[in-house]
Amino acid sequence: MSLFSNASVLLGKELRTEFRSRELLTTTVVFILMVVVLFSFTFDPTREESRRFGPGLLWLAFLFAASLMLQPGFLREQTNDTLSALRLSVSDPFAIFLSKLCANTLFLLITELLLLPVFAVLYNVPLFGVVPQLALVLFLGSLGLSVTGTTLSAISAQARMRELLLPLLLLPLLTPLLIASTEATAALFAENPTLRWDWLAFLIAFDVIFLTAVWLFGEYLLEE
Amino acid sequence: MTLPESRRIGLRFENIDKRYGGLFALRRVSLEIAPGECVALAGRNGSGKTTLLRIAARLVRPSAGKLTFSPTHTEASPAAMTAGFVAHATMVYDELTAEENLLLFARLLAIAKPAERVEKLLRDVGLLERRDSLVRTFSRGMRQRVAIARALLHEPAVLLLDEPSTGLDPQGVNWLAETLWRLHGSGCTILMSLHGESEISALATRGIRLDAGSVAADSQTGGSLRSILTFASA
Repeated sequence: MSLFSNASVLLGKELRTEFRSRELLTTTVVFILMVVVLFSFTFDPTREESRRFGPGLLWLAFLFAASLMLQPGFLREQTNDTLSALRLSVSDPFAIFLSKLCANTLFLLITELLLLPVFAVLYNVPLFGVVPQLALVLFLGSLGLSVTGTTLSAISAQARMRELLLPLLLLPLLTPLLIASTEATAALFAENPTLRWDWLAFLIAFDVIFLTAVWLFGEYLLEE
Repeated sequence: MTLPESRRIGLRFENIDKRYGGLFALRRVSLEIAPGECVALAGRNGSGKTTLLRIAARLVRPSAGKLTFSPTHTEASPAAMTAGFVAHATMVYDELTAEENLLLFARLLAIAKPAERVEKLLRDVGLLERRDSLVRTFSRGMRQRVAIARALLHEPAVLLLDEPSTGLDPQGVNWLAETLWRLHGSGCTILMSLHGESEISALATRGIRLDAGSVAADSQTGGSLRSILTFASA
């Protein structure tokens, strides 16, 4: 069975278990909504301040969402040693990683989709004119968050102090991605919105490099 | 179903070491298991039975030595060497139903007519009426039945069982013994870890006792099968 057939079967399992329990989505959405609402009431930013600080706050919220969401990905597979069953059943272990990556990216995008209207209203940032460009930036940034986060989740799941390990490893690695995503988003929130191709190119390069590295070395990530 | 000769697989462990940090789980283990053999592994807790089974399943890489597969004795695993593995943990998802679990693995293993195969196995393990129940609502014994059904999905040429009767009631143990008897008769190679004598150990054609990660006794080279199995449980 091909890599993509295996990955799609596993993605179906990921979606079924999440939409059945709604554990990850519910907790993450509630948490980051609270972050955005609390910041809004604490600082009460003007429209100009929102344009300047909003993108950073937005990506910080997405980072919180990702670190909450990504940890259980491989941890859940440890409970009944289902990861071993998957490794015995798939022809290419990368299928396991690919399905988790797709699921995590999808869950992150759903969370962002729910957060953005609230952010636009609370921070008085008009988004209507830049929706397609913003969607592109969000997709590339979220993919980068998911690739690194899913990789580190696989590494940390087998370690002691795993709850501490993931954020500790994740934050330094994601710093360049967060800077690029924030800059690209800030350019879209400006008075005269523009799509910054230099930052987009950086995001694409980040995603491709990490995805290729995981594809090459993914087999070792899943070993005991 | 009888496995054709070309699908029968033997295993050869050559000077296998497995270290976890400075601790040896296995130390210079050399064994040859012929195609179609039914081997019982005995030994006290921590003697290395589980590690040996996980190496045989290629879930764990040995620190030294090599595992090869006969008849060609190649390190590259033959396509048929997707072992059926029943571990300590159930290796099934609590959040899925019994049927969803088996269908998931049947699809990953590219089994033809997966729904029919799953229905047959659910009937065999006595869980057809509970097919739509989430596994987390099952007792330990019922979960073990799902775990065994998962391992048998693709009619494996090699079956690895780590204390397979855990949690099973007497009827379950009888069913498992009958199933293993049938599989052994069909040419399936079976390697199982056991504690003491039971209906299941009666199937074994060979007994191996591990002690502190090394082979301490092998009924093929000396010692009776019964004494090897009972010593470990003493």
